This record gives sequence, structure tokens and C-alpha cells, in this order.
Amino acid sequence: MKALIKELTEAFGPSGCEDTVRQIIKGHIAGHVDEIRVDPLGNLIALKGQAPSGAEARKIMLAAHMDEIGVMISHVDEKGFLRFTPIGGVNPLTLLGSRVVFADGTIGVIGREKPETPTEFPTVDKMFVDVGAPDKEHLTRKVGDMAVFVRPFADLGQRLTAKAFDDRIGCAVLVQTARELQTTPHNVYFVFTVQEEVGLRGALTSAFGVEPDVAIAVDVTGTGDTPEAHPMAVSLGAGPAIKVKDRGMLAHPGIKNWMAETAERLGLPYQFEVLEGGTTDAMAIQTSRAGVAAGVLSIPTRYVHSPSEMVDYSDVQNAVKLLVGLLSAPFAHIIA
Amino acid sequence: MLLKELSEAFGVSGHEGAVRQLILDAIKDLVDEYHVDALGNLIALKKGSSKTHRKVMVAAHMDEVGLMIMYIEKEGSLRFRPVGGIDDRVLLSKKVLISDNKVPGVIGVKPIHLLEPKARQQVMRVQEMSIDIGASSKEEAERLVKIGDYAAFDTSFSQVSGEWRTVKGKAFDDRAGCAVLIELLQESYPFDFYAAFTVQEEVGLRGARVAAYSIAPDVAFALEGTICDDLPKKRDVSPTTALGAGPAITIMDRSVIADRRLVDLLVDTAQKHGIPYQFKQPGLGGTDAGAIHLSREGVPSAVVAVPSRYIHSPMCLLSLNDLDNTVRLMRESLAKVQELDLSY
Repeated sequence: MKALIKELTEAFGPSGCEDTVRQIIKGHIAGHVDEIRVDPLGNLIALKGQAPSGAEARKIMLAAHMDEIGVMISHVDEKGFLRFTPIGGVNPLTLLGSRVVFADGTIGVIGREKPETPTEFPTVDKMFVDVGAPDKEHLTRKVGDMAVFVRPFADLGQRLTAKAFDDRIGCAVLVQTARELQTTPHNVYFVFTVQEEVGLRGALTSAFGVEPDVAIAVDVTGTGDTPEAHPMAVSLGAGPAIKVKDRGMLAHPGIKNWMAETAERLGLPYQFEVLEGGTTDAMAIQTSRAGVAAGVLSIPTRYVHSPSEMVDYSDVQNAVKLLVGLLSAPFAHIIA
Repeated sequence: MLLKELSEAFGVSGHEGAVRQLILDAIKDLVDEYHVDALGNLIALKKGSSKTHRKVMVAAHMDEVGLMIMYIEKEGSLRFRPVGGIDDRVLLSKKVLISDNKVPGVIGVKPIHLLEPKARQQVMRVQEMSIDIGASSKEEAERLVKIGDYAAFDTSFSQVSGEWRTVKGKAFDDRAGCAVLIELLQESYPFDFYAAFTVQEEVGLRGARVAAYSIAPDVAFALEGTICDDLPKKRDVSPTTALGAGPAITIMDRSVIADRRLVDLLVDTAQKHGIPYQFKQPGLGGTDAGAIHLSREGVPSAVVAVPSRYIHSPMCLLSLNDLDNTVRLMRESLAKVQELDLSY
């Protein structure tokens, strides 16, 4: 699975430009699902299972977003420097000293105007991308071009680091689950969404299209296990995290318990997650149409939205095992 | 000139009736059917000539930013609040008209003689301002104005002229888009053309949301009058858009990432027909496309706008060349929409 994770995290895919990621995923799930389609906004929707709907056969939507944060060129100045605007939540501190790469492989360096004071917090309106063009005439970049962080995947043994674990690690978990899931009594929709980082947009429209009974988003969450970290009872390596709450949603208690009880039954480690900031596709899915029983299975991740995020490989593997366990069995209880 | 009538019409968000009537008179003979929906959107259909119809929605919002009366003081002056985004600094000493009765008023200002030096450095907040209708008492004011009445800027449309054929007036955001959309209805198209003149864009894209739901289009365009900040600057940064430089195509704003295939269609069309165009500075503003593209299962959407200086103020400037070129660009692009490959 590490090769898949490397391939997915290194792919180029800022919000609104997820084509490469979608092609990679299509290639890996073809033959392992019964149906594949792409909806009008670009969400990749794969169905596994041919069960007639009933009390025990649910329409289950799994969602992981393909897009990553990035930057978009907003102005080309007379000397060929590129002003930019963030795509999604980009921390200016992580941009300083970073390199970015455009869809065609062009590398750019992030530069900064002279600060007024040595401790001035950098803001994106005082930063620029320098692609090394000697002048404006030799520049091939234009307003609207998108770029993402340059950062190769690194296997640290038990731990992995890369850009865009948010949420390619969720994509990898879904792909692996689709491949490992032999049979299911349900109709399982593996949905790889677009434009999560700019407002859960793909999840909103794909949930309308799929119209699920039950949904689980698979996404990253923060941890509290680094020096002097913000307190949070989630650690790398302690198992996938079952969300209770984040800033945008309260997970359906039935879904939460379904995941926890299945983990207990299978002897898989898990932890409960209460996240103070941020949310996931599940927020948009939960309030789609007449409402959806929704939860989130999170991969604990350090340094989210930085060029070097970090996960524990066992959490990733256990997330797949838990999902396969959830989807293999009939839906016995819960969502009344 | 229709733009003059549209600009001078009274149509603050939630009170678009006069604009709607004006538009209806202009389009009713050009379309196959039309209706006004529950929120007040005017939705007109011009049926396609081809057998396999794509549904194309083109939206422009009828509403403008303005004011609402919220309290009448005991001596007869009117306290108010903004409807939509208005900078407090553009309000003082401006003429307004209140309600469909067009009661004239002035947003009063204290004479400079009475201002402390420090007060001259400060921005007066809208909460401290009032509209003066010259009433002698609260009772007289109450005969003319009711709580909840809207007020709009009292601005006459006129030519400024020059090579850009510049005009000035209020509410070019988005009466410019309405004017373009009306003009587009003069043509015939192979697809089903749904013209949506929407309400309440300025308070949160509310009309477009329900209009898109009922139309359920395959493709959508929003037409706008957009931000233009092209006067000289100290730093080499984006003007957002520039007057006279042609229609502005959105790639990404705060509400939508435009569909790349539609952006490419617009750019290719502009280049092929020699129509000037520009990209709007990404990352700023939001339009009806923000609501439309998230409707139902999603709708590939794009935004084309007429650059307008000083929008959301009593006096805006735009170039009729830009407006004409926006019509041309949309007309030629729409001619190709039917055969555009929208698969992935």
C-alpha cells in the first residue's frame, strides 16, 4: 500500500484540478468495483455491490477528497514575479522557503517583500512566486495557473511523511478497501470528491446524486502528541480515530458506535476524536436532501496543511481493516 | 437606452419588482415562456432548435445594494442600515429615494465647522447616520415613510463619453449583466436557453440557489458587473480588472472555481473572434455561480463580467465597449456550448 500512498501524495491536484488524481484512482479500482462514473463537478463515484435495498442492505457512501491546498497566480508583475492567492487554508508561515510546482512541472520559489519589522507575520499579499524567469517576456505562466507544494513522499519506517496526506491518505484507504472488500451485502459508493478544501463543494453535489442512507468520510485529523501541542486526545499509532465532533458536525452516534463496536469485534485499535477546528466532507453530506446518518473515520495526522504531514502506517492499515469489516457484515442496528 | 432605464430603476435586494417589470417588458416577445418564482426570480425559456437539448442557464441578478429604514427619530429623521455590502464612507451627503413612492432624502452630514480635528480623521459609522427627508416632525415622516421601507441611491445615468464610451450611473452591479442577458435573448440557440434574472444576490446568492434548483441546468453562466480597481497604484499589483480591456472571465473567486472547459471555451472564442478579454484577479468576490454550481448534482459554471469602477457606491463607471464585447463574447461562446464535451 505504500507505493499507492506515494503515487497519490505526489500527484498534482489542487482544488478544481483533480484530473491526475482521478485518473490514478480510476486505474487502481477498475475491476474491483461494479460501476464507475464521474459527475458534473468531477467527483469520481464507484459502486460496489448489487444488493436490492432493504433493512439490512444500506446505501453506504464513503467519501475521501482528491483535492489538496495550493496557490493560484493572481497577477504577473512587470518583472515576471507572480502574485498569488491561496487555494484552501494555506498558512503563510509554511510557504516561506517552500517550493511549489505547476501542472506542467515548472518549479517556483516563494519570495517575500521586505518586512516592516523583523518579527512581522508574513501575509500572502506580500509574497510572490519566482519561477526564475529573467523577465516578463520569457514567462509562460499566466493568471489562473495553479501550483502545489513540492515535497516527495518519504518512508520513515513505521511513520510516513508527505504533502497532501490531507486527503490522499483517505483516497488510499478507500482504494485499498475497494480492492480488499470481497463481498458486501450493501451498495457501497466509493466517492472521491473534488473541492473539499474550498468548502466541501464536491461532497455537497455528490451526496445529492448518491442519496445515501449512511455515510462515512475518511479524512485526516490533528493530534496532540507533539511537544507542547494543543491538547487533543489523538495520537499517531493508536489506531484510526472515530470522530465524535468537529467544528462543522456532530457525528451520528449510531455510526460512531457501529465503528467502535466493529473495531472491538475485530480486535482493532481505535480512538475517539473531538476536533476543535476544521471539518470534513461529512458535514455537507449529513445535511444533504432529507439528511444522512454520517460519521467520520479519521487518520491521525501531524502538521496538517504543511508540506510535510505525518501519519503512522499502522493507523492507515487498521482503517482499511475496519472499513472492510464494517462493509462485509449486514447492518444490524443503529440509525432509527 | 435600456441600460439607462435599468440603472435608474429602484431594486434593492428583496424589492426587485420595478426592475423585473422593466426586464419583462423588454423580453416577453423574445422568449417562448416565462414565470416568476416564489422568491421573485424571473425565469424565461427560449426553446432550442436542436432535437437533443442541453439546458443552459444564464443568470444576472436584478437586485442592487441599498438601505433599509429601521427607526424614525422623534424629530423626523430616519435611521437606516445597509442591505448588502456598502462601505460607510460612500454614504455621507448622498441623495437617496425611499420606497416606490420615491420620497427624496439626503444622508445628512455635520458641517465641517462643527467637527473636532480628531473627528475629521475618523470614519462615521452607518449607525450614527440618518436620512433627512425635510420632515417637520415624526408624524409627518411617518406619513411618508414606514419602517422596513427600502432606500436606493438617487443617481441619474449619463454619458461620460471618450474612446471607451464610458457611462456613469448606479447599480451596474448587476444591471450591466441584466442588459447583456436581455441582448443575448435576441438570438436563437440550438439548446434550451434559460434566462434567469435573479433576486437577492447581494445578500447571499439567494435567488440563484432556488432558480438553479428549478431549472436543473446542464451548464450555467453568471453575468456580472464586477470590481475594477485600475487607477494608478504605488505597487505593481493586480487591478482586479481594467476598464476598457474587455469582458472579465473568472477563474476562481470566493464562491466558485469556474469550470475549466467553459473558461477554455470563452478564451478560445475571444481569441478566434478577436474579442478583447481579461481574467479577473482570482480569489475575490462571489457571484450567483457560487450557488448555481452547487445545485443538485452540480453544474459546470463560469462567470463573465463587465468591469465597473466604484461598484457598491452611488456612482459607478463602465465602458459600453466592454459591455458590447461581453455580449459578443457570450453570443459566440454560447453558439459552441451545445457541442462542448462535458465528460471527464
